[in-house]
Amino acid sequence: MTGLQTAGPEREPASLPDVLLQVEGLTTLLGDAVRPSRVVDGVDLEIRQGETFALLGESGCGKSMTALSLMRLLPSSGRITAGSVRLAGRDLLRLTEGEMRRVRGGRLAMIFQEPQTSLNPVMSVGDQIAESVRVHEDRSRARIPERVLDLMRAVGIPDPRRRVEEYPHQLSGGMKQRIMIAMALAGGPQLLIADEPTTALDVTIQAQVLRLLKDLQRETGMAVLLITHDLGVVAETADRLAVMYAGQIVETATTDAFFAAPAHPYSRQLMESVPSADKRSARLAVIPGRVPHLHQAFSGCRFAERCYAVMPQCRHQTPIWRDLGPAQGVRCHLWSQGQTQPDGLSRQAAGAARPLDAPPAGGGDSDRLLEVHELKVHFPIHSGVFRRVVGYVRAVDGVTFELQPGRTLALVGESGCGKTSAGKGILQLVTPSGGSIRYCGQELVGLGHRRMRPFRKDLQIIFQDPYAAMNPRMLVGDVIGEGLQALGIERSRSGRMRRVAQLLDLVGMDEDAVARYPHEFSGGQRQRICIARALAVEPKLIICDEPTSALDVSVQAQILNLLKDLQDRLGLAYLFITHDISVVAYLAHEVAVMYLGRVVERGRVHEILDDPRHPYTRALLSAVPVVDPQRRRAVIRLDGDMPSPSDPPSGCFFHPRCPDAVDACARTYPEEKRLSMSRVVHCLRA
Amino acid sequence: MPFLPVVLWTDGLVYVLLGLMAAFALYASRHEHIRAPWRRVVRARVGVATIVVLGFYVAVGLLDTVHFRLKLPQPAEAGAGVQFAPEVLSLLDLALAGLRERQEKTYSAPFATHLFVKEAIEQPDGSLVRDFPRLDHGGAHLADPARQRGGDIAWRGLKGALQGLLIWALVCAGLIRWIARVRGEPPAKTRSDILAGRTLIPWRTAFVVLGLMLLVSAVAVELSRMYHILGTDKVGEDVFYQTLKSIRTGLLIGTLTTLVMLPAAVMLGIMAGYFRGWVDDIIQYLYTTLNSIPGVLLIAAAILLLQVYMSNHADEFASLVERADLRLLFLVLILGVTSWTGLCRLLRGESLKLREVDFVQASTALGVGHFTLIGRHILPNVMHVVLITLVLDFSGLVLAEAVLSYINIGVDPTMNSWGNMINSARLELARDPVVWWSLAAAFVFMFTLVLAANLFADVVRDAFDPRLRGAQ
Amino acid sequence: MTAYIIRRLLYAIPILIGVNLITFVLFFVVNSPDDMARMHLGEKRVTEEAIQTWKEEQGYARPLLYNPDASGLRRLTETIFFDKSVRLFVFDFGSSDNGRDIGYDISQRMWPSLAIAVPVLMVGLAFNISYALFIIFFRATYLDLGSVVLLVAMMSISGLFYIIGGQFILSKLFHLVPISGYDTGVEAWKFLILPVIVGVIGGIGSGTRWYRTLFLEEISKDYVRTARAKGLSERRVLFRHVLQNALIPILTGVVVVLPLLFMGSLITESFFGIPGLGSYTIDAINGQDFAIVRSMVFLGAVLYIVGLILTDISYTLVDPRVRLQ
Repeated sequence: MTGLQTAGPEREPASLPDVLLQVEGLTTLLGDAVRPSRVVDGVDLEIRQGETFALLGESGCGKSMTALSLMRLLPSSGRITAGSVRLAGRDLLRLTEGEMRRVRGGRLAMIFQEPQTSLNPVMSVGDQIAESVRVHEDRSRARIPERVLDLMRAVGIPDPRRRVEEYPHQLSGGMKQRIMIAMALAGGPQLLIADEPTTALDVTIQAQVLRLLKDLQRETGMAVLLITHDLGVVAETADRLAVMYAGQIVETATTDAFFAAPAHPYSRQLMESVPSADKRSARLAVIPGRVPHLHQAFSGCRFAERCYAVMPQCRHQTPIWRDLGPAQGVRCHLWSQGQTQPDGLSRQAAGAARPLDAPPAGGGDSDRLLEVHELKVHFPIHSGVFRRVVGYVRAVDGVTFELQPGRTLALVGESGCGKTSAGKGILQLVTPSGGSIRYCGQELVGLGHRRMRPFRKDLQIIFQDPYAAMNPRMLVGDVIGEGLQALGIERSRSGRMRRVAQLLDLVGMDEDAVARYPHEFSGGQRQRICIARALAVEPKLIICDEPTSALDVSVQAQILNLLKDLQDRLGLAYLFITHDISVVAYLAHEVAVMYLGRVVERGRVHEILDDPRHPYTRALLSAVPVVDPQRRRAVIRLDGDMPSPSDPPSGCFFHPRCPDAVDACARTYPEEKRLSMSRVVHCLRA
Repeated sequence: MPFLPVVLWTDGLVYVLLGLMAAFALYASRHEHIRAPWRRVVRARVGVATIVVLGFYVAVGLLDTVHFRLKLPQPAEAGAGVQFAPEVLSLLDLALAGLRERQEKTYSAPFATHLFVKEAIEQPDGSLVRDFPRLDHGGAHLADPARQRGGDIAWRGLKGALQGLLIWALVCAGLIRWIARVRGEPPAKTRSDILAGRTLIPWRTAFVVLGLMLLVSAVAVELSRMYHILGTDKVGEDVFYQTLKSIRTGLLIGTLTTLVMLPAAVMLGIMAGYFRGWVDDIIQYLYTTLNSIPGVLLIAAAILLLQVYMSNHADEFASLVERADLRLLFLVLILGVTSWTGLCRLLRGESLKLREVDFVQASTALGVGHFTLIGRHILPNVMHVVLITLVLDFSGLVLAEAVLSYINIGVDPTMNSWGNMINSARLELARDPVVWWSLAAAFVFMFTLVLAANLFADVVRDAFDPRLRGAQ
Repeated sequence: MTAYIIRRLLYAIPILIGVNLITFVLFFVVNSPDDMARMHLGEKRVTEEAIQTWKEEQGYARPLLYNPDASGLRRLTETIFFDKSVRLFVFDFGSSDNGRDIGYDISQRMWPSLAIAVPVLMVGLAFNISYALFIIFFRATYLDLGSVVLLVAMMSISGLFYIIGGQFILSKLFHLVPISGYDTGVEAWKFLILPVIVGVIGGIGSGTRWYRTLFLEEISKDYVRTARAKGLSERRVLFRHVLQNALIPILTGVVVVLPLLFMGSLITESFFGIPGLGSYTIDAINGQDFAIVRSMVFLGAVLYIVGLILTDISYTLVDPRVRLQ
């Protein structure tokens, strides 16, 4: 791109002919009149025709509210108090509601984060698309169905004639998002706002949807405003981007320039906190603290509290916008006027790349802490007059792996592959239907509630959602001390509280948290408390069920650092259940990849990530968006969705979607093929 | 002792309820997460207004709950044991002794000085004239009612209003002093804050409502000394007295019913949801079966049986009051049987959801036992459902009492209740001119209570429902 | 689906047995036939013979559950339980304590009940939904606030006052319609107007308020935002999307009470002198006719269960997400 230009508040914006959307000084308030939150505070943006513009930031930074302000679809307590939004020269904020309705879904369309809830559940998808067509096209009624089918074909929905009649709940998440896109396309938009369009989707489905958006963009020439928190997605899809923090734009740049040299400390820290294989031997950079509440009046830089390069003036002087060149601008005191190099940016981010105290434990240790053999968790399906069992949802259908003390095994797979059920099955939180789980040589399967108790001390779990993982009506001290009490480890209350204080210290929290309630803490702090609860009984193995996927990337880094520290200090073993390959690369020693209830491939982490042998692993890895263009692989597109675990395909479960499948794949499930001491794969063609 | 305390069955239950509430208040004051929603309740304007109104009702109801028998005047000869009067009275009866004792012959309109029906009156000369006779008590102090009545009522009303305002001023001054001390600031500042509506708890609203209630009460008290302000009924009893006595009945039905059904509903609902399997099957069967019997018919059947039992064993009851009380208790029990299923089903659903929530799973993983887990994690997290149901059910039950009494399967006909008042008054609607005051009295008192309860329930639900909180 | 309905019907059997047991215990064990006889014959001073004769006449002379004098299966069938309770399963209601055929009475008296209950339901539903939509359209305005206050006030008034008020104003003051009574055939309409009006008005408070809550809940959902993002007008969003979704709980809530309409309304019918099943029940209660009360309990239970099954079926019809398993 040439002639890039970014609007700044102190400069008259020169509208170029190809500027499609121009936002100036957009300010949006949310909440009551007494203490409103300035969720969008003087945002300036320019989006050109046909480009993909990404709006990047953590949750609570005002990205979605910016998008909803553009659409004038704010919730009832929201209002736009200042600014202008020009779409092809027309100020949307001055339109009447009736005029705005013609723009919405017409020139300006939007798709949302949750395809599950964003479609009307009792209206067929065909009708929902037809509705958009009818509003924005002057067509005779008879020709609408044809247009609907065209749109469905355009977004790559197989067998559209049949799908037209179906209801949203009959479609997978990826299909629903395609329907949303089809609805958005109906009005022939010039700008499509995509608010975290793939966050709720699996990586292989995410790859499909992002690809689709790119293709459509090429065909129709529309621009896309992509709102996301995922740096990888931005790097792979966006032309230009803006970073948002606490309701303000803090940096804009072209994607290439941004990833080559991020100008704002926030951008830089965000990038450094993303885990990857390169950072294995080091701690991740973290951004301390949290995004500030937006109902306060700010006196200095909003990021000052969390910035590694903070200077005295940051705290009381509001930084102004500076253009760093034709394509880049930043809101930071480090870049004083006229300077091309910032004062403090050459410094290393605090804590970044500091080597860990000890190298990761080696693989020579051969005694096995946990051996899982052919584990099955089946949920019966009842039907008929007497509710007889007519089938099973085979959530986990024969999973085998082993885990050594002090090591981390990552159980990787997409949603619905049974990884969480496997974790819960090991702890007997759901009753396994078959197979064996041996902990230190002792069989766990078949133990009742009472006989399982002695093992509860050694096996613990951390959950995904730190908000649901603690009883909101218990004090943090009691939450952490619960296991000590239940297992009779520390019977006196004073003894428990002493121990709780030590544990809080261990996970890096203040002791005074004991007498507070969970809701007073942020997501990251709560996850620390959950870790302290699991550590209280001094377990040998912790099952981490997606412990960071509900957290922002900067907070995720804190938790990953903590888990790594604890492993080194206490010799813990982790069974790390996740869908996030970058976390796996950073943390795991071994990896087992699951598909439809079975492990398709397992081995050392570098073996799997560098040289995947199973076609599913290859497709999965290729679909992960990567920041570094050098490391990008050609995306192997998987067609369709994962089949239902109640009715798996014959033969190899993956063969209907497998690009390499041969006839034999449909006949029998491939036997375990041992490639090396540590490496096993289930594929005929490996 | 000049009196012998009497604790009726329902009195006992009220004391239990009060004890529970006190214990809960003590517990809540130590636990922030329970206090927080209550704080939202008392910070809502509608919340404090309804609390004040309900407070008046509760005060009357409680006064009417302390029962005793008075000592009879000692017989002349010494040595005879202390004798107590057979009738059971309450504090309210004592307070309203005048109203209770000033019986007329039959109907009289509010503020009337003459009876509602003509009677043969013997003139001084011995002849008989059919005319409206003077009342024995209502306006009896007036020499010439036709001329004096208006002025007298106005004068007494004014006197009452002034008394009311005086009491109000004293109460407000005391409260402001207390608030100022709690907030640690001079009373003058507290007063100006309240007047300007700057306090977190909307004291201004509370004071205004309190003032209105006190004003109305004081005027009513002052006027009722000399008049039947709501008229008299068929047997000449004061309607104002009746409707005040009915408050206790309404409150008892509204609160005790939920109290008696609560243990079963909470225990069974949670057990069904938590244990699932055959426990769930049995409990579901139980409440589906009970639910499928039409509630009114079940109540009717039970009350009929009680009537039969009572008529066959009439000698077992010491007094009419005790008999009526036992019937009320029975009604409360049977209403409880018909109304626990709704709450039970709600709690079952809640527990089903909760048992899958991460923190319950985490406790299981820590080896916490089933019953500890229920007590520590499930029960506290469904209490808001229980509380919301409790306050929402209250007004429905008060209304139900009226309907049940109307079809003779409610409280005992000798007991004062709004249902009985409506039931006896509606027959007189056919009269010309209409006898409207019993109906009007029951309507006003019932409507005020139920409206206040409904509004209060809304505030409580908004404050406690976590879903609503998320939406705001 | 068929399997599901069969299963639900089978499940109804133990429930009905339970209902029967409860009523049997209430009516015959707690309150024995001797007590009933004494009551019917006038309290206390009744000779033993008189009681026996009454029991013979009414068919209460047999033992309760087990007849040792009979032989074979008759030991179980020649009992009060079999006579009075088991026969209900084939809808053989027997005769009332004053000798009338209950089954015949029910078949005669259900029509007047329906003539009131159905219009009340339909008119009420139409009015309440329209009013709730109106409030939602003007939500967060004073129109909304005023309406909510009005609705809460309306639901705080006892149903008895609506009836008394309606009778007083329409019949007594303005002489528009008869106060009470009933007529056969088409002439019945003038007796029906008042009860229907009163029934509808009495239901507005709680009905409209509930529907308003349902609509509000729907309107905050994500798909409504999607519909707006398409550029649909507020009217279309409300009528096409919100109404369609909110109708699911509304309709299924209606279906569950549909069968119970047969039972009529106790209060309305007795106030207006309508010879329906509601007033039949009241008369039975006041006349202490246990046979009728027992029959109505059983009938009510059957209708309730039918209502539950119909509700489940109606879900599958209106909600594409629900499939019965």
